[in-house]
Amino acid sequence: MAAKFARHPKQALKDYEEKVPKGIFRYCQKCGAKFYFARAGKYHVCPNCGYGFRVTARQRLKMLTKQFTEWDTDLTTTDPLKFPGYQEKLTKAREQTKLQDAVLTGQAEIRGQQAALGIMDPAFIMGSLGTANGERITRLFEKATELSLPVIMFTASGGARMQEGIQSLMQMAKISQAVNDHRAAGLPYIVVIMDPTTGGVTASFASQADIILAEPKAMVAFAGRRVIEQTIHKKLPQGFQSAENAYQNGFVDAIVPRSQQVDKLGQLLTIFAGQKWRGANGE
Amino acid sequence: MESKKIAAIMAGAREDSKTDMRALINQLFPDFFEMHGDRAAGDDAAIVGGFASCGGRSVCVIATNKGKDMQERLATNFGSPEPQGYRKALRIMKTAESLNCPIITLINTPGAYPGADAEASGQGQILAENISAMLQLKVPLLAIIIGEAGSGGALALACSDQVWMLEHSMYTVVSPEGFASIMWKDGQRAQDAAQLMHIEPEWLKKQGVVERVLPENILADNASALKQLINEQLIDFDQIGLEQLLAQRHARFRKF
Repeated sequence: MAAKFARHPKQALKDYEEKVPKGIFRYCQKCGAKFYFARAGKYHVCPNCGYGFRVTARQRLKMLTKQFTEWDTDLTTTDPLKFPGYQEKLTKAREQTKLQDAVLTGQAEIRGQQAALGIMDPAFIMGSLGTANGERITRLFEKATELSLPVIMFTASGGARMQEGIQSLMQMAKISQAVNDHRAAGLPYIVVIMDPTTGGVTASFASQADIILAEPKAMVAFAGRRVIEQTIHKKLPQGFQSAENAYQNGFVDAIVPRSQQVDKLGQLLTIFAGQKWRGANGE
Repeated sequence: MESKKIAAIMAGAREDSKTDMRALINQLFPDFFEMHGDRAAGDDAAIVGGFASCGGRSVCVIATNKGKDMQERLATNFGSPEPQGYRKALRIMKTAESLNCPIITLINTPGAYPGADAEASGQGQILAENISAMLQLKVPLLAIIIGEAGSGGALALACSDQVWMLEHSMYTVVSPEGFASIMWKDGQRAQDAAQLMHIEPEWLKKQGVVERVLPENILADNASALKQLINEQLIDFDQIGLEQLLAQRHARFRKF
């Protein structure tokens, strides 16, 4: 008679899929944990391993500050290659992220300190670097230099925006020289590496900061794992390009979980807002 | 763009005769003295760097080298520098800056080497450093793309005042194979990718990415015509003051 009560596992799975609303359980791609979604909390963090889930730039902003004035809201790409299907992709990404391109920039107040803040959005075509967000980040640094503000950049990017070809590569040089000018003005630049920070963004402004912070378990890399495996013909462990490894190898100053980021950034901004050495002949 | 022309550019950029960069260096700069090592972690065969004289002037020469035979090509990862290579390039360029020598970079690389060790020793970070440093160097910079110039690994040697490329060479955000594999998960469609990416040097010139497109025969006759052009460019560089040089370089990259 037992058969009367037993369900076939396949049927059980089907019942589960029908009866349990989507999104009730969350899966962590870093540690494999499955948990009730609310346990991720307001910072959207895996309760098991501390990995911070990918969130949109606007969600991220809410975790940092309420005092924010957005800059350069209307910049859009010129679509230099007239790439087939690109416009549709952009339209979809804009609806999803409520951004014109993959970065949100503006002036923010964090723990009473003013800073120029940029947040990249991994939901916008993988946060890839194109002409529009390249220009927006460049202007962020230029305006910060003009207003004597420190810059805080939250990076997340799959690398170059393929649909914009060589113009995308040129953004790396354009942003880098704006970072140089900001540095020449004696202003601090802080990066917070989010998951994933890769390719041309790692090979330019994400690595050019004075202080480099990273989120737990964030991937930080230049080349992707698949490309490396194909090149060296060896399987590599999942997560070998983690923030923790970058920290071990000396490329990150500190790993800072989301719940502590406001405190840490506030601490750094306060330290650097102190009086600077001008020497005996200073102003 | 005709697909025939695209195919010619791709084949020409990867031409076997272009892999031995040392041979070209010796043709252009017969008294070239090669330096070795990054003064920190090693010596990367994929980067050849040193000093030479050119028309009575001292110049610094930095090149990527694929290698003349299979043995050398394996040692250079087919012209893909590792972090030690970029560090070596940077330290030689800094020397050139302190000695007031213009820097000529000769480029033929598929890109920075994608290896596990390269990642661990900071491939992305050293590229970022090179780009930043090159943009600030207080000497004139001329980059010449001989074959392939792929991605950040090429840009890290081409943040220059003048960038020239051969008629059959390509300067791309990623190789056409890589592009096809990223966009369509099919590396075989490199030709389609190359078409969409606009790899034609003339198009790059229109975009202001390069200043000059050089005919292939410029390498003929011991590259004497190229040598002549480099000499003329060095004379032109003499007419510009440092402030103007840096302002023009800034404007060159700000426009993108």
